[in-house]
Parts: sequence; C-alpha cells; structure tokens
Amino acid sequence: MSEAFIQLKDICRHFQVGDETVHALDHVTLDIQAGDYISVMGPSGSGKSTLLNMLGLLDQTDAGSYRFEGRELTTLAEEKRAQVRREKMGFIFQSFHLIPRLSAAENVELPLMLMGMPAAERKAKVNEALASLGLLERASHRPAQLSGGQQQRVAIARATILQAPLLLADEPTGNLDSHSSADVIHILEELNAQGITLIVVTHDTNIGQRARRKIRMVDGRIEQDGY
Amino acid sequence: MATDVKPQDTLHFSYQALRAYPGRTSLILLAMCIGVAAIILLTSLGEGARLYVIGQFQGLGSNLLLVMPGRSETSGAGVGLVGTTRDLTLEDALALQHSSAIKDVAPIIFGAAPVSYESLEREVSIMGSTPALLSARQLELAIGQPLPDTNPRVATAVCLLGETVWQELFPNRNALGEWVRIGAARFRVIGVLADKGQSLGSNLNDMVIIPVASARNLFNQPSLFQIVVTAHSQEQLGQAQQDIERILRQRHDGEEDVTVIRQDSLIGTFDNILGALTWALGGIAAVSLVVAGILIMNVMLVAVSQRKAEIGLLKALGAPTTQVLRLFLTEATLLAAAGGAIGLLLGLAGVFALNQAVPEFSAQPPLWALIASVLITFITGLLFGSIPARQAARLDPVAALSGR
Ligand SMILES: Nc1ncnc2c1ncn2[C@@H]1O[C@H](COP(=O)(O)OP(=O)(O)O)[C@@H](O)[C@H]1O
Ligand SMILES: [Mg+2]
Repeated sequence: MSEAFIQLKDICRHFQVGDETVHALDHVTLDIQAGDYISVMGPSGSGKSTLLNMLGLLDQTDAGSYRFEGRELTTLAEEKRAQVRREKMGFIFQSFHLIPRLSAAENVELPLMLMGMPAAERKAKVNEALASLGLLERASHRPAQLSGGQQQRVAIARATILQAPLLLADEPTGNLDSHSSADVIHILEELNAQGITLIVVTHDTNIGQRARRKIRMVDGRIEQDGY
Repeated sequence: MATDVKPQDTLHFSYQALRAYPGRTSLILLAMCIGVAAIILLTSLGEGARLYVIGQFQGLGSNLLLVMPGRSETSGAGVGLVGTTRDLTLEDALALQHSSAIKDVAPIIFGAAPVSYESLEREVSIMGSTPALLSARQLELAIGQPLPDTNPRVATAVCLLGETVWQELFPNRNALGEWVRIGAARFRVIGVLADKGQSLGSNLNDMVIIPVASARNLFNQPSLFQIVVTAHSQEQLGQAQQDIERILRQRHDGEEDVTVIRQDSLIGTFDNILGALTWALGGIAAVSLVVAGILIMNVMLVAVSQRKAEIGLLKALGAPTTQVLRLFLTEATLLAAAGGAIGLLLGLAGVFALNQAVPEFSAQPPLWALIASVLITFITGLLFGSIPARQAARLDPVAALSGR
C-alpha cells in the first residue's frame, strides 16, 4: 500500500505559559487518507486548533514528523512552507477573515494574485467560484454588506479556488445560525465528495457526527479515533 | 511556476489599503508634504537672498573698489574696522587718479539733511561727490547736466535730485534751474537721476547729490566717508588695489590705515555665506522630514498591529514573508511619492506666491534642493516604512490571525 496522504508521527507542540508548560499537542500520531472527511472534537483547550494550524503549516512543531504527500514538512524553510500553504492547503476560519476593504470577488481573488496569475485569467476563475457558491450577484459587495453565511461562503470560495487538496476548517459554523451552518456544512461536504480532503474542527456534535472519521482530542492527545 | 505577485497587483493592493484608512493616510501625507514644502520654501528663500545680495552688489557697478578709513583685521570683507586712524581726505582721493589702472575716483561725503522747495520738504540722504560718481556707480541722468567738472576743492551750489526727491518736491513740475534749500544753504537743481532703485541698502532714488566740497561745508565734515574707485577692467582690479594701498600708505606716512574692498571678493564672500545659509535652511527643513519619517514609522506600526488579522490571513494564503514585506514597503513608498509630489507642488506654489507678494525679491528653489527633497522623502519613507514592514513580515501567522 502506498504512503498515506498525511502522516503525523509523535508530533509535539508545547507552549510556555508563565512557568507552566502547556502540551497543546502531546505525541500525536495520525494517518490521513486522501479524500477523507474528518471531524475533530473535544473540550476547549484540548489542542484542536493547534493540530489544525500545525497541519496547515501555520504553526511550528516542537518534535515529531509531518509527512505530506510523501514529503517531510517539519524541516522545510519558511518560504517553502508558504508555497505549500498556497498550493496545497485551504483554510476556513470561525471569523471568516475576509479583508474588509476588499469586495467578495477581490477576497476570492487573493490566492490567485498571490501566486502571480495575470489579472485577465483571474476574472473568469473568480466568477466561476462565486457562481458555484451562489454568490455571483454579491461579487462587488464588501464583507460588511454580507450575512455571516455569505461571508463564510466567500471564504470557502477563496480557500478552494486553487483546488488545494486539503481543506482545513476551524469551527467554520461557530459564528453562524443553524440555517447558515447547515448550508456551509453541505458545501464543505460537496467539496469533499469531489475529492478534497476535509478536516473540520467543531464543537457541534451534530456536525461532528456527520464526518466519516471522528477524532476526539483531550489534553493534546487523540483519545478516540474511529469511523 | 510563477509565484511572485505582479508589481501592478502589489501596487493596487497597497493603494487600496491606503484608501481604506483615509485619516491615517492623510496624516502621513500631510507630514511628508510639509517637510518637502519646507525644504523647498526655505532653500528658495536662502537662494533668493543670495541672488538678491549679489544682484545688489553687481548693481553697484562693475570693477568697483571701495576705499574706507580704518584697517580691517581680516583681509576679506570690510567688517570689524579697528584702530584710530587717519581720516581719508579729498586730497587722498585726488592722488589716486595717478594710478594708470584706475578709471574713476569718486570721493564720498555722506550725510542727511532736510531738502525743501517752496512749502514741500523732505529729509533725504545727501551724497557729496564728483562727476566721476555717475560713471563709477553707473548712474544715469534722466534730464539735465552732471556735476560740473571743475576743481573739486571748490564748493558749487548745484545739485542732482534722485527720482523720488524730484517727484516729491516737484510733483508734475519742472525742477531744472530751480533753487532748493538743503539744510541752511541753497542749491540750484541741474539734473535729475534716472530711476535706479535699491542698491545695497541705499535708495539712490531718495537722495540728493552735491559737489564734495559743498557737502564738506554743509556738514562741516572735512573727511571722506569712502572713496569709490573703478578699475579700467576686471584684470586691472588687482593693480588698482595695489596702487591705492601704495599711494595711501605713502600719503599716510607709511601707515596701512585704509581698507580696500574689491567688489568681486565681497560678492564671493557673501555668495559663500548665503550659500551656506541656504544649505543650513535646507538642513533644518530636512530635519522636519525626518520627524515626518518617525511619525510615519509610528503610524505604520499602529497600522501593522491593527492589520494583524489581515497579515495572518495573507500568510495563511501562502504569501511569503518577502511578499508581506513588499506590500508594506510599497505602502510606505506610495505615501512617500504622493507626499513628496504634493509637497513639491505646495512648495513651488509657496515660492510663486512669495515672488508675487514681494516682487523685488525673487526666491527660487535651487535644483539640488528639489532633488534632495525628493530623495530624502523616498529614503525616509523606505527607512521608516521598513521597520513596520519588517515587523509585519515577521508576525507569527497563528498569533496574527487570532489578533494576538
Ligand atoms: N500561542 C499560544 N501561547 C500559549 N498557549 C497557547 C497558544 N496557543 C494555544 N495555546 C494553549 O494550547 C492549548 C490548546 O489550544 P487550542 O489548540 O487553541 O485548543 P482548542 O482549539 O482545542 O480550544 C490551550 O491550553 C491553549 O491555551
Ligand atoms: Mg480552537
């Protein structure tokens, strides 16, 4: 059998808070298959966000090995890590993190701009992405003019416009009403159905239960992991 | 695969960011353009002053030498005359005519007296001299005759009126042949000077010229204020100076008790002094630009901390550190460019307004000041912009995204 899409081995991440060491990730070992749909649940402070940030190369590791598509990432220099983030990973945050001065279309366009795509090519791609999420008529709206659900859909369009194989969502419905939550989850599941590997951190058991693989974290360790 | 953001995209992104914070942006622009405008205005003033003074000296006439009683400590400009010395006399002046290098010799006795005609009276400067004065100081007559070319030791009751004096005492009337009262004596008007305007502080229009012997009697003043001498040519200035010093030393029993100032060296001295003044003014103004730079740095640092989430997001989207750096540096450069351009226009407009308001004075920005102000703007923008930009680029994405 070929190597898994993602392989974590004895990953540790600790923070010094005062004179106490917090083990946000405590020897986490985990294999993730391409195209999987994983929910990460657990009490607040159990290390879910740290795990996701580590997977997304936003955060460093203190020990352990992180192999992604067969390539060791823990030893990569920052510029290379940025490139991997750009090409391989999409992020969705609880607070959307849209740039307020930019329109929906310009927010979605950002990853294309950052990879140096000419403006003429970007337009069509952005429109396509917005259209597929039913946002075309909101293209020129600023985030403040959009509902929470719409903002999160813009964020999803931005995270997936480069067809990154890995989508990392940290409490994507945390700021949404139940209707918009269901909406956003359906979109994420649809993307997963098209082949994207989806990892969702959530507090919501209903949402967590929908995932194919359910991981439960406590005190920086994986306590339960099952399909 | 191309991974660099297109320059026009970087520019556009930075421009949008600047537009999104109009208060902050205009504050920085204001500081920048005040700095640049200050450099241009102050150096223009300095340069204007330099050109004005040089113009004044040149207005004195060419190949000019001034002989004054007393010995100057320094060899340069006639400042700090020291020692009690022999007076300059009319005979001293007349002796100078023996030098072959010397063209005109105009002895000067200077004073002030009320000048009246009928019921009109005016307090003016009186210059006692010889006919050579007109040629030496390059004065011309509007009408009438110059002073009579007779023995200068003999007083004659004739005078030349300056333009202003003529207009004040003889409004719309003929003055030639009329008798005016100067102090206690009466003089016949034989000529009116053409408009000459301001020259080295003395308004030649507001002046009456009488024969030197008449002035000696009028002011009861046997000694000369100075002797105005011209050389035949620029090349003979040195010879003329040597001759003057030699002749007067002989006449003064070997004492070197006069000061001879060459107009050209005087111009050079003032040129240097005022040139340095311009530089100093420019330097002071440049300090204001550096202060603006520090303001920019602080405002940008606040901007970076306010835009942490955005920076974190850019990093999450895969923007490399260099790209984040570039974005913020571009913002600083745009600010510098806009501030510099506005400041340049403001400064030039100020210079223009100044020249309109004070026509006699022509301020103009030296080219080096224009170049320097633009350069300094960019350097301050980049220098002080790079510290916040570096800080932005170094932000930890997780912390930045959570606003920490
Ligand atoms: N940058 C940090 N500095 C200090 N402690 C941190 C930092 N990030 C996370 N932690 C700590 O690590 C633990 C795990 O945090 P996190 O992964 O955010 O938990 P979760 O997302 O499961 O609520 C918590 O105790 C948190 O306080
Ligand atoms: Mg969390």
